[in-house]
Amino acid sequence: MLHIIKNRLLKGIVTTPIDLKSLGKENLVDWRVETVGLELKKIIRKKFCRSLHIREVDTGSCGACESEIIATTNPFYDIQRFGINFVASPRHADALLVTGPVSKNMALALKKTYDAMPEPKFVITLGDCALNGGIFKDAYYVEKGVKNILPVACHVPGCPPEPFEIIQALLAFLKKS
Amino acid sequence: MDYKTFLQELQDRHALIFLSVAENYNDEIYLSVRSDDFKKTCVCLHKLLHSPVAVFFAQDSRREKNAFVIYCTFMSAKYKKWFFVSTEIAADKAILDSLAREIYSSSLFEREVREMFGIEFSGSPDARSLRLHEEVWPRRSFPLRKDFQNKPTKDIEKAEYNFNKVDGEGILEVPVGPVHAGIIAPGHFRFSVAGEPIINLEIRLGFKHKGIEKLFEGKNVFEAIKISERISGDSSFAHSLAYTQAIEKICGIIVTESLSAQRAICLELERMYNHANDMGGIALDVGFSFPAALASLIKEEILQLNEKLTGSRFLRGVNEVGTTRLKLDEGKKKVLLAALKKISKDFGEIKKILLSSASFMDRVDGTGVLKKKTAEDFGVVGLAARASGIAADLRKDFSGIYTQFNFNPAKEATGDVLARLNIRIFEVEESIRLIEEFINIHHTASDKRLTQPELKEGFALGYVEAWRGPVLYWIKIDENGLIERCKVVDPSFHNWQGLSYCVLGDIIPDFPLCNKSFDLSYSGNDL
Ligand code: SF4
Repeated sequence: MLHIIKNRLLKGIVTTPIDLKSLGKENLVDWRVETVGLELKKIIRKKFCRSLHIREVDTGSCGACESEIIATTNPFYDIQRFGINFVASPRHADALLVTGPVSKNMALALKKTYDAMPEPKFVITLGDCALNGGIFKDAYYVEKGVKNILPVACHVPGCPPEPFEIIQALLAFLKKS
Repeated sequence: MDYKTFLQELQDRHALIFLSVAENYNDEIYLSVRSDDFKKTCVCLHKLLHSPVAVFFAQDSRREKNAFVIYCTFMSAKYKKWFFVSTEIAADKAILDSLAREIYSSSLFEREVREMFGIEFSGSPDARSLRLHEEVWPRRSFPLRKDFQNKPTKDIEKAEYNFNKVDGEGILEVPVGPVHAGIIAPGHFRFSVAGEPIINLEIRLGFKHKGIEKLFEGKNVFEAIKISERISGDSSFAHSLAYTQAIEKICGIIVTESLSAQRAICLELERMYNHANDMGGIALDVGFSFPAALASLIKEEILQLNEKLTGSRFLRGVNEVGTTRLKLDEGKKKVLLAALKKISKDFGEIKKILLSSASFMDRVDGTGVLKKKTAEDFGVVGLAARASGIAADLRKDFSGIYTQFNFNPAKEATGDVLARLNIRIFEVEESIRLIEEFINIHHTASDKRLTQPELKEGFALGYVEAWRGPVLYWIKIDENGLIERCKVVDPSFHNWQGLSYCVLGDIIPDFPLCNKSFDLSYSGNDL
């Protein structure tokens, strides 16, 4: 039985192309991802002892921002290779990445997540609605952005920002700070 | 039997009394009844049409009529109509008989109407709040009333949400959330387990509630499309389509075949990237990372294709009232066809890898079974309903561009994770076929909308079979051409309950798998 499973798994890997080249994507790969990414890696090596750990919290986004954050981890962008990792617990995180306009129901949970992080820590907001409520700013059940709750160090604009823009914005911020 | 005979029969044989019967745009029937007859009428339609409550909502008409108007809607594939039962209840005595004990699918809607309008339902089995959490919101403040004022309140009576309790020896409660491990939306899950098996799961949502229905009110019709695109990011196109459809109905704008075809192409692209995403998600949740990575590449591929065709990865800003920004010229057709070919090949690979892996199949086969009866009672819709043996798909149930091209709906019977996976596989193949057909429709140049369409006063229902299931928009435009009321139903609103029942008897480690196989929207539910 184990053999069958093993063989099938192996067969899957053999027959299905995994690298971008054999997927025919080599011409699509944006060279900018590489150069920006390598620069990013250098900075992270220096400032964060090789890896920057990010915890993501959604405070009422529409979901598209999460989708693009997840996309930065797909094999196409593969943000992990530059030393950025998304972690499951705030206890492991250097940075808190927040999306959404902060709905009233999430304000407390957001604060608690931040409090659970060890120092030093900083907050990044992502997406227009995290900045000031964006399209939802007149809604009755939002706190109009993260900055009213936590100190924000960096903002990634867009609705939603594309994966490459996310990587680029992180670089610009880390370079500056 | 046509619907008129059906209505006659309701009056003759079932002794229902209608104050008025109105047909709106040949697919909406409005039956107005006395408030005392409301329950009886709804129960009767529910049984005869075999339809759960599709949408149930209220409207504050106290200014004009000194009353609230309540609508309860059922869908009939047989008559190709939506039946709206409506009644007025006096503003000073805002109370109505609860339907929930006879028609369970109305339960959540009643809770919603109660907290948003302050209308009570007598005999309701569950009167807890839904989205306005007791901890942060004052109890007698009803946002969807027209005279609601958003004033910050300091003193909120401390109230607590009561979870259903399961007692007994050895029963353990496992609370999870609202913040979860991973890049995912917030919600609270409370499992009661006896040893390993889950014996109860209660899902408390509303953490992402922002107040979108209220946000629509008073907005310019053309600008509010943007809001509809941001209700659930992964269904941006479907939401904007249901929205524009309702507006087009009200304004009497005729949608050409070419326009419907171009929209259908976008709708299918949206379905495909989400199905790819979920196939990968299901694989990932059993630790099968290779097909998961491949699936994320397919999703990326489709998002990039979307961008090439429309300028937006999530197909935003594509729909407009009476037109679309996707202008399929020869160049774009070529790009689309080439991409489809590749996507179809990659999908084939994933399908092969997944279905031929014994350890993967072992995890998904027979896991998270949602029985047909349960699905019917809760009014589960769309993909999840089709996996449990309910043949329902708006693309088939109403005639249009899909029925012209012999659309073939997916159907499975077992209701487990595997069935939901198989539905996705089938639907992707069907989507590819359909897009290849739709491309060939002659796309006329006259699709361009020349002038801003003229707005009219009125109301209508827009409905679209999105990738999760039907997205419904009931919109009323006032005399100034602004939105007076916009009721939105995302399929997730019905289906979360299905999820909480399908995990019973399974173990907690299977929960992520079940969850992913539904992949419901938190934001679409919470609004
Ligand atoms: S910024 Fe835009 S895309 Fe991102 S969560 Fe907010 S509304 Fe959605």
